[in-house]
Amino acid sequence: MSGKQREYRGRIRSTQSLKKIFRAMELIAASRIGKARQRLGEAAPYTRAIQRAISSVTYHSNTDHPLTSERDDTNRVAVLVITADRGMAGAYSANVLREAERLRERLESEGKEVAQYAAGRRAVSYYKFRHRDLVATWDDGSDSPTFDRAIEIADTLHAAFLADADKGGVSEIHVVYTRFNSMVKQEPWVLRMLPIEVVEGVAETTDEVPPLYDFEPGAEEVLDALFPRYLRARIFTCLLQAAASELANRQRAMNTAVTNAEDIIRQYTRLANSARQSEITQEISEIVSGADALAAGS
Amino acid sequence: MAATITVFIVAPDQTLWSGEARSVSAPTVEGYIGLLPSHEPVLAVLNPGTVGVVSEDGKRDEVEITGGFLSFDQDAVTIVTDPRPGIPLP
Repeated sequence: MSGKQREYRGRIRSTQSLKKIFRAMELIAASRIGKARQRLGEAAPYTRAIQRAISSVTYHSNTDHPLTSERDDTNRVAVLVITADRGMAGAYSANVLREAERLRERLESEGKEVAQYAAGRRAVSYYKFRHRDLVATWDDGSDSPTFDRAIEIADTLHAAFLADADKGGVSEIHVVYTRFNSMVKQEPWVLRMLPIEVVEGVAETTDEVPPLYDFEPGAEEVLDALFPRYLRARIFTCLLQAAASELANRQRAMNTAVTNAEDIIRQYTRLANSARQSEITQEISEIVSGADALAAGS
Repeated sequence: MAATITVFIVAPDQTLWSGEARSVSAPTVEGYIGLLPSHEPVLAVLNPGTVGVVSEDGKRDEVEITGGFLSFDQDAVTIVTDPRPGIPLP
């Protein structure tokens, strides 16, 4: 076997083993996405219940809670970016980061200073490479977020929101993540989490005026207890949506990779075959011409 | 007057109890509250403790919670509890 053939065979073999890896990763993503969607579904009643309660409280009480009112003592705003830990998910992380950069430009044009928070190694390395300051980072577990992680993130943001202006307090909290609309559609999304847009919250429930609740122990205490939970639930939902989107993107990317690997294998198989054939042709013509020469000589 | 309450007890990762019940008792920060059908709407903060649910057939179920809150209106009660310690999330 000539050098050329051996080279093609080698490439086919390595592409075949790559294809197996891609296929395996596609299957892993496919099996995990079912679980991620299930968790998203299981978390929904919790989030819905809290949201409903929040909108009822803010609708009926006049309490001026710090979490519903705008802060004007600082122009720092927090932006949390949620990306994947690993690549191999197509443009998933790049899309989120592009959206985050757009948001950053918009906020800076409004004269605000952006305090960057990043969840997911991809976001962390993106900002580290550009020498941007990161206030806090979380990596690990982007494809199966735990509620504990949501608590960590939510409580950090909560603390920043309540902190004094000179101690790194922020007046707004934005979250950039990928919304999971369906298996085939995920889009980068910017969510302003705090201060809560009460007007919007009420507009969502115009079909039924929330009942006049009796608050126990009092409206203010109920709000105090609700808000950390609200933040955690919202962050958890964002993390779960991002995880489901990441897995869907990975499954698609790996599917494309498998198809590409198959194309390459087919291409190299053809090249290897034609190399083999031309080698045979050459050998035959050598033998024939050798025989001819011998026949001519005798 | 409805004779039962629709109950949902939810944690961040799962629904712990759902169905119709005759009565519900829950540990609020100001002491236990008992809920029967047609109770006035209430939103209460809960302490860690046990939520008791008497289901339609008179059986009493108990659900441990680690704090949270409950909202009751139109004979539907939603109890939101924090993640239970010691039970790892999936």
